[in-house]
Amino acid sequence: MTSTDQQPFLSIKDLKVHFSTEDGTVKAVDGLSFDLVRGKTLGIVGESGSGKSVTNLTILGLHNPDSTKVEGSITLDGEELNGASEKTLEKLRGNKMSMIFQDALTSLSPYHTIGKQIGETYRKHTGCSKKAARERAIEMLKRVGIPQPEVRVDDYPHQFSGGMRQRAMIAMALVCDPELLIADEPTTALDVTVQAQIMDLLKDLQKEFGTAIIFITHDLGVIADIADDVLVMYGGRCVERGTKKEVLRDPQHPYTWGLLSSMPSLDHPVDVPLNPIPGSPPSLLNPPSGCRFHPRCAFAEKVEGGLCSSERPLLELVDGRGSACHLTAEQRGEYFSDLAGSAAN
Amino acid sequence: MLRFLVRRLLGAVITLLIISAVTFMLFYAVPRDPARIACGKLCTPETLELIRHNMGIADPMPVQFWHWLSGIFLGREYPGFGNCDAPCLGYSFVNREPVLATILDRFPTTFSLFLGSSVVFLVFGVGAGMLAARKQGKATDKVASSASLVASSMQIYFVGTLALYLFVYQWQILDQPGYTPFSENPGQWFAGLLLPWLILALIFTANYTRMTRSQMVEQLNEDYVRTARAKGLSGPNVFFRFAWRGAMGPIVTIFGIDMGVLLGGGMITEKTFSIQGIGMLAVKSATNNDLPMLLGVMVVTASFVVLANIVVDACYALIDPRIRLA
Repeated sequence: MTSTDQQPFLSIKDLKVHFSTEDGTVKAVDGLSFDLVRGKTLGIVGESGSGKSVTNLTILGLHNPDSTKVEGSITLDGEELNGASEKTLEKLRGNKMSMIFQDALTSLSPYHTIGKQIGETYRKHTGCSKKAARERAIEMLKRVGIPQPEVRVDDYPHQFSGGMRQRAMIAMALVCDPELLIADEPTTALDVTVQAQIMDLLKDLQKEFGTAIIFITHDLGVIADIADDVLVMYGGRCVERGTKKEVLRDPQHPYTWGLLSSMPSLDHPVDVPLNPIPGSPPSLLNPPSGCRFHPRCAFAEKVEGGLCSSERPLLELVDGRGSACHLTAEQRGEYFSDLAGSAAN
Repeated sequence: MLRFLVRRLLGAVITLLIISAVTFMLFYAVPRDPARIACGKLCTPETLELIRHNMGIADPMPVQFWHWLSGIFLGREYPGFGNCDAPCLGYSFVNREPVLATILDRFPTTFSLFLGSSVVFLVFGVGAGMLAARKQGKATDKVASSASLVASSMQIYFVGTLALYLFVYQWQILDQPGYTPFSENPGQWFAGLLLPWLILALIFTANYTRMTRSQMVEQLNEDYVRTARAKGLSGPNVFFRFAWRGAMGPIVTIFGIDMGVLLGGGMITEKTFSIQGIGMLAVKSATNNDLPMLLGVMVVTASFVVLANIVVDACYALIDPRIRLA
């Protein structure tokens, strides 16, 4: 609905998040940039430890300020968040920007009723009465499809089923009609039917309020369902960006190829084993030089001059589309059609 | 909640019954003449005979125990010594007094000691632990952590004696420790117990500081605390209403155990400061071979531990709704 809005709603520029630990500095996020406009969904994909969650916790300012160094700029609706005071952030959190966490069982307080947990967010940001907050909590529970919300509002999280807890978590995140919603693997722990219901719920809410959504997942099937744009992260950096169609149909980065070929699909022959990416995610304490993916990349030798291990490939975007890889466009086309061909056989 | 309390109280009665039976057997089954032991050091043959008769030595052990037990509800008579009204926990032939009378006489002393020192160690221990957790890794945390380590390795008889020497005799800042009933003179009650409170609390404070710190640090890293922050709640709100709520459980549990122990009398503290509480009574009865008294003290002490446990469980259910009482 605000597609004419040229100014991005959320803009991340050259974000670096470094943790100091006893063993050294962990470069969890290392130079990440992206924009997000209202009413759109950005899917962030990547393996565990690729910096997806850290990025989003940093947007909300939930990192530990004592051990974390954040560089770069995070602007939300024109307001700089990096270095903003705790007071400013408190007013935004749960209000203008909110977050749905992955594990609703541990992320909801076991000591307070569901209604209280939803209502207190609303009270904090609107200053309404306890009664109004309770009414609002019931309304939200109804909206996310909890049966008998007037009764269940007084339940504790342990009295809810897994799917209901996740719905309650979503109700809590949406209680103040946020303009930015960050969903950190909200459906990972749920079975597929509940997963589909929750995705539909998010889509409906987005349609209604024009919320900008960042959807973090490692499930490409979920991305195909919900995202408009996709950002693929590897080792704290963005390796590929584009629209959902571009990234899933015509991926340019060998890591994205790997992700796609390690995913089961219905037209994939059952007797052909899946093709996982060899090796394991890089240590962010001591990351590989050059392209962080090169130790696991099957195409690193094809690049002349050993560029992959010596020089960081830059992400050059044309109309929001691009990848960070030293392979030439012709090489990519050739290798990917080979891959796609071998998978089809 | 009511069902829980009734069930737990019934359980407590059974526990206490078993404890008293075992203690009773242990004391009276010793291969010595219990009457001779009860008679004490200054014992004439006539008294000995009288005690034998009163103790019902001739009866079998279960009958003796039954007499002791029924005495709690019906009272007992000790011809030649006096009456012991219900609830009668036995008669001390050394003190020439019903056991319970002596215990009740000593109880306010022990209770005062418990009350004052708990207030001190809960306030300072939990407070310091919270502060250390809040300032994790900073100077405040390091000072609190190392100070509590030093304090927890202290011994009451050492610090107590040293403090007594310095504060009372050398510098004369504090009053000579002693017990004055609160109803008689509150000021003196406070002044006389201040040093024992502080010394007894010192070691407990250290333990509570360390426990509170570690519990709070753990809770502050929990997901639900992060969610509370992500909702925009303020720092103090998150700290006290979320993290502290989660940290409270284990602290309440430990306090319950400490409460039982302290109400049973801190022998070393009482001895160090020459305060006549239940702890000293137990020591004295043991050295005097006053078995009925010792039995009474043990049963009363055990009741405190059992009661404290019920209170802890009830509190736990109030703190954590996941624990259901039914």
